[in-house]
Amino acid sequence: MIRYLAKRFGYYAALLLVAVFLAYALSASALGPRSYFEAKQPRPSAASVDRQLTALNLNDHTPVVERFGTWAKDLVLHGDLGRTIHDTSVNDDFGRRVWVSLRLLLIGSVLGMVLGVAGGAWSAVRQYKISDRALTLFSFVLLSTPVFLLALLLKNGAIAAKDATGQEVIPFTGYETPGLAGGIGAHLADWSLHLLLPTLSLALGGLALYSRYQRGTMLDVLGSDYLRTAEAKGLTRNQALIKHGLRTAIIPMSTMFAYSFLGIFTGAAFTETIFGWHGMGEWFIQAINEQDVNSVVAVNLFAAVVVLASGFLADVLTAALDPRVRT
Amino acid sequence: MTTLITEATLPAAEAPAPGGRLRLVLSRLTAAKGVLVGGTIVLLLFLLAFGGPFITHWDYATPDYSALRQPPSGTHWFGTNGLGQDVFAQTVRGLQKSLIIGLLVALFSTVVASLVGACAGYFGGWIDRGLTFLVDLLLVFPSFLIITIISPKLKGAGWIAFVVLLAAFNWMITARVIRSMTRSLREREFVRAAQFMGVHPLRIIVRHILPNVASFLITDATVAVGGAVMSETALSYFGFGVRAPDVSLGTLLAAGTDQAPVFPWLFYFAAGLLVLFVLAINLIGDGLRDALDPTTEAARPARTSRSSK
Amino acid sequence: MITDLIESRDLLEVKELAVDFGAAPAVRGVDLRLKRGETLGIVGESGSGKSVTALAVLGLLPGSASVRGSVRLEGRELVGLPNRELAKIRGNKIAMVFQDPLSAFTPVYRIGDQIVEALRIHQSLDRAAARKRAAELLDLVGIPEPERALDNFPHEFSGGMRQRAMIAMAIANDPDILLADEPTTALDVTIQAQVLDVLRKAQRETGAALVLVSHDLGVIAGMADRVAVMYAGRVVETAGVDELFARPRHPYTLGLIGAVPRLDTGGGPLVPIPGNPAALGDLPPGCPFAARCPLVQDRCRTAEPPLAGTDGHLAACVRADELAERRPAPSEVYPVPTVPPPAVSVPREEREQVLRVTGLTKTFPVLKGTVFKRRVGDVYAVDGVELDIRHGETLGLVGESGSGKSTTLFELLRLGRPESGRIELLGQDTAGLDRAGAHKLRADIQIVFQDPMASLDPRLPIGDVIAEPLLAQHAPRELIARRVPELLRQVGLEPAHAERYPHQFSGGQRQRISIARALAVQPRLLVLDEPVSALDVSVQAGVLNLLQQLKAELGLAYLFVSHDLSVIRHLSDRVSVMYLGRTVESGSVEAVFEQPRHPYTRALLSAVPLPDPPAERARTRVLLAGDPPSPTERQTGCRFRTRCQVYAALDADRRGRCEQQAPPLAQAAPGRDHAAACHYPEA
Ligand SMILES: Nc1ncnc2c1ncn2[C@@H]1O[C@H](COP(=O)(O)OP(=O)(O)O)[C@@H](O)[C@H]1O
Ligand code: SF4
Ligand code: SF4
Ligand SMILES: [Mg+2]
Repeated sequence: MIRYLAKRFGYYAALLLVAVFLAYALSASALGPRSYFEAKQPRPSAASVDRQLTALNLNDHTPVVERFGTWAKDLVLHGDLGRTIHDTSVNDDFGRRVWVSLRLLLIGSVLGMVLGVAGGAWSAVRQYKISDRALTLFSFVLLSTPVFLLALLLKNGAIAAKDATGQEVIPFTGYETPGLAGGIGAHLADWSLHLLLPTLSLALGGLALYSRYQRGTMLDVLGSDYLRTAEAKGLTRNQALIKHGLRTAIIPMSTMFAYSFLGIFTGAAFTETIFGWHGMGEWFIQAINEQDVNSVVAVNLFAAVVVLASGFLADVLTAALDPRVRT
Repeated sequence: MTTLITEATLPAAEAPAPGGRLRLVLSRLTAAKGVLVGGTIVLLLFLLAFGGPFITHWDYATPDYSALRQPPSGTHWFGTNGLGQDVFAQTVRGLQKSLIIGLLVALFSTVVASLVGACAGYFGGWIDRGLTFLVDLLLVFPSFLIITIISPKLKGAGWIAFVVLLAAFNWMITARVIRSMTRSLREREFVRAAQFMGVHPLRIIVRHILPNVASFLITDATVAVGGAVMSETALSYFGFGVRAPDVSLGTLLAAGTDQAPVFPWLFYFAAGLLVLFVLAINLIGDGLRDALDPTTEAARPARTSRSSK
Repeated sequence: MITDLIESRDLLEVKELAVDFGAAPAVRGVDLRLKRGETLGIVGESGSGKSVTALAVLGLLPGSASVRGSVRLEGRELVGLPNRELAKIRGNKIAMVFQDPLSAFTPVYRIGDQIVEALRIHQSLDRAAARKRAAELLDLVGIPEPERALDNFPHEFSGGMRQRAMIAMAIANDPDILLADEPTTALDVTIQAQVLDVLRKAQRETGAALVLVSHDLGVIAGMADRVAVMYAGRVVETAGVDELFARPRHPYTLGLIGAVPRLDTGGGPLVPIPGNPAALGDLPPGCPFAARCPLVQDRCRTAEPPLAGTDGHLAACVRADELAERRPAPSEVYPVPTVPPPAVSVPREEREQVLRVTGLTKTFPVLKGTVFKRRVGDVYAVDGVELDIRHGETLGLVGESGSGKSTTLFELLRLGRPESGRIELLGQDTAGLDRAGAHKLRADIQIVFQDPMASLDPRLPIGDVIAEPLLAQHAPRELIARRVPELLRQVGLEPAHAERYPHQFSGGQRQRISIARALAVQPRLLVLDEPVSALDVSVQAGVLNLLQQLKAELGLAYLFVSHDLSVIRHLSDRVSVMYLGRTVESGSVEAVFEQPRHPYTRALLSAVPLPDPPAERARTRVLLAGDPPSPTERQTGCRFRTRCQVYAALDADRRGRCEQQAPPLAQAAPGRDHAAACHYPEA
């Protein structure tokens, strides 16, 4: 089992390496930091632009492979992600923003998973009953609403609430109230309130997706021989469903989580931008508009690591849940 | 001749007329209410998108200076925006563009996915390993990131380049499913039989493999239309997709967002049509899945647009 | 009252049990009674309602089923009992053993934990005590090292072991009744014999009554005290086991008995029951068997005959008394096809050699790794196979699952250079063939697969299916247009069916389509991989008759693979027995079946149940121990050693030979067509 996981890990490392190089090559050639400097007022001389670009390891006259080499060496030796186009440290930005994003990503996806699995299993057991149909319709509507639109709708709702009551009932910008006085309790409450809408816009999509999927795997299990065996032993239907049914039906979900993380990550980028969170997603969009190659690569690296980590986690989870893949 | 006891007389229950399969599918389709409802909605939306420009005399770009930010009325059905442009004409035009993009992306990506998946699954070996690595590699990055990086470069090439870009990052998951379906089909006896008869591999793929994954492909392509429309709107919303002077649902939403609380018609008509369309597509996809593949009704996950987005 | 007293002796009493799924009936009024300690066998074709009846007794049917009638356990009504009450009875008073032991265990829990759970539901035991008891149970059903086996997962067990464990779990709470639904259908004969033995033992230990559901008349003959025959959702005949086999009173029972090929008699055509099992959805009024019954009369179609009769022998047929009186043989009642004399009558030695295989091997790598696969071992799937087929002859290839039969076939059909050994097809060494030569030779060797559902592309009309080999051989269009209807007629279907799709045919018909496809290019050798094992006996008989007839008419040679020795005996001229990838015995059918030389062949033959209760009881059995060893290690010496009953009885001196030298396939006597690979063969 350890061997199996070690092998998966090796594969992911190889993927990561190739992927990061491709991301670097793509960003470095598609973006034009030179034009960013040339557009400055007053227009700097060609030599000075060249000097600045070289200092930032962004000079397009240096071959991409060489620039990548410099970047990778700094990263491996010093853990240094390079300089932004404003000549500040990418690491600083990264360090600040990564927690903002992770908070949203983790809470949003875990909440979506738990609710989705529970809802899907429940829906399957009550197949074709009113509650099943209601949940199905609800998921379909949610699945047909792009994340950014869902976020916008939630935000508009909050704005409407504010306009109606004259005060901000549910905050819809940023992740904390600036300059809030009070103890840790007040801060925690403030954070949770700020988390509410962005998390919802991520979790609701997850809930819809996972519940559909879980409903399918659970329906499979409902007709299985071993569930019948469990009942033939003398377990009641509900005991058998939970102990033997749900336990088995949850296995394929782990792969599903890994796949859908891509979508959630993208969704998080939109959500951050819409709710004014200074996270990785917002940074990415801003960096592209500023032709900031190193920042773009940093976000890509983050995305690749998160996606692969979730893939690896899914493998671990599958191995833990399913004795058949362990041998 | 000997008195061979034949089984020639099929019992009535087992002998639907030739072409029974098609009829079976059709009867199941009509039985699935989702397909009927979804199909009607999609049809109406297409009518609206392509017939709409002919029933209004307003052009989507020409401003009416006498009506700035007017709410819906008899003259301007969906109202006007800050420039005095007719929102109905704009929405219809945007819907048209979004639908075309969605259809094309789904078509391209399904073709690529089925070819790559079937070849990887059927031939195995190095072809398989190479293609699988490629798929995994493309899956490591949210395609959104790549598209946003590349799309500023394509400014001049217009929305067709955008379609190609979307399709290029939208086929991987389908290809994976096709690959694993092909792998199990390859072990099936009818494929083995064809191999032993000396049928050419490419012919086996075309004649035996692809028709047997067709029901999945059709369903998947349907759902992919919805997914592509969602991707399109999201990217256009952030300025990385369709650009002015073209309009799509995404650009309309982007333009209307800030004014939504005060001038809701600038936002909610486009938003509503978007959700309605994708919902209808998902309903059709779900119904198709049941109708085409009754045996695995529950086995296959509800692959809805979200997972391809 | 007296009837009350008699009734109260019944442990289980099923009356008028009927089950519908929506509008479609599945069981239509079943009456059964079971006494303490007795074994009731239920036989019938698939879909006749055996499983549904068994599940209905326990209340285990899905919610879509509606159950009517009555099921009384010691006088207590079970139908309509709330789930909580039923749960107390399930696994405690009535326990169940299912058909497929792989899917019947929850894959994610250890065997031990699942048995412990069964124990602790009904008994107040602590974990340790329950575990100890579970180990005792595993020991009882003959699982080696029970303490360790407790910690295995289901997928780590072989099929036979799983079924033993399933029985152990079923008897955990000393039930009064064991319901076993086709408990050995998924297993090989030697393993089936073991499991049936375990069932008998379990019954002895617990004193439970056994309800044994099976489609195999042989199994029923050997196990049951009384038998109920089911057709179209009803019991059509019930009697004591000897009485039923000796004097069947229902034409259906008579037909079933006539349709089974038997190990103890060879040759001759079988009695196929015409038509297909009745579709329960729209039964015409009257006797449900009327459409297939050779004795049908007008009165049969008016009302469904009730189950009636004297001295415990009941039958649901208006002509039961006649049959009871006349006692005809199956062939007197059912029309039997006459098989024409063989097309070739020259002695064997003078006939043309069609296939000759010597020393064939095939190894598969055991791969590990996701991206860069590494070889971590080998499976010796085929390791020394010898075959010899001449014109107009049928060679039966027998062996347990996993013994390498299908791999052998695929190696032949590949028409390439074998890993080692030599394949000669129609005098041509396949190792020396170029692409064009191989392609041409493909027309001479064709295959029919086991699973009639999987072997036809569901998306092609059968006309195209049959035309495929012709297309592959680039046959002209006119020829194809002429051949397809001809072939359909030849296998007993109608040319008009060419437009239909495979799912519109029954299993037997689909197998006929497969045969037509194989015959399309007029092959010389037809390879048949378990062609009838997925079919019901009554349908199987028809297909076997067809094969015999085609062989006689067309002068084909068959390589017929089967795990069913009765079928082999019935159809073949010569037979070849495989064990762990190796040919261990071969020769003419009479020689091998009447004087088996290899201990394995003897064990195999004795494991096949006979559909004849007195004969079955009188037999002495050679029970093989354990499962075949894994083919991933190549042993020195004889590979049957681990299970060989002869070896077990040898002294250490003589054992040495078995341990060190691999026995070669040696002829019994010069010039005799009978060879065995054993150092100490019989006779
Ligand atoms: N869950 C179910 N839903 C609908 N029909 C069923 C179900 N289970 C069994 N049947 C039908 O009931 C009939 C009897 O089946 P079964 O008892 O399994 O037969 P047997 O065990 O004799 O092969 C068949 O026609 C089968 O299709
Ligand atoms: S009642 Fe008539 S049709 Fe039915 S089995 Fe008896 S003779 Fe045949
Ligand atoms: S060679 Fe020895 S071990 Fe092998 S079958 Fe013969 S007696 Fe048994
Ligand atoms: Mg059954």
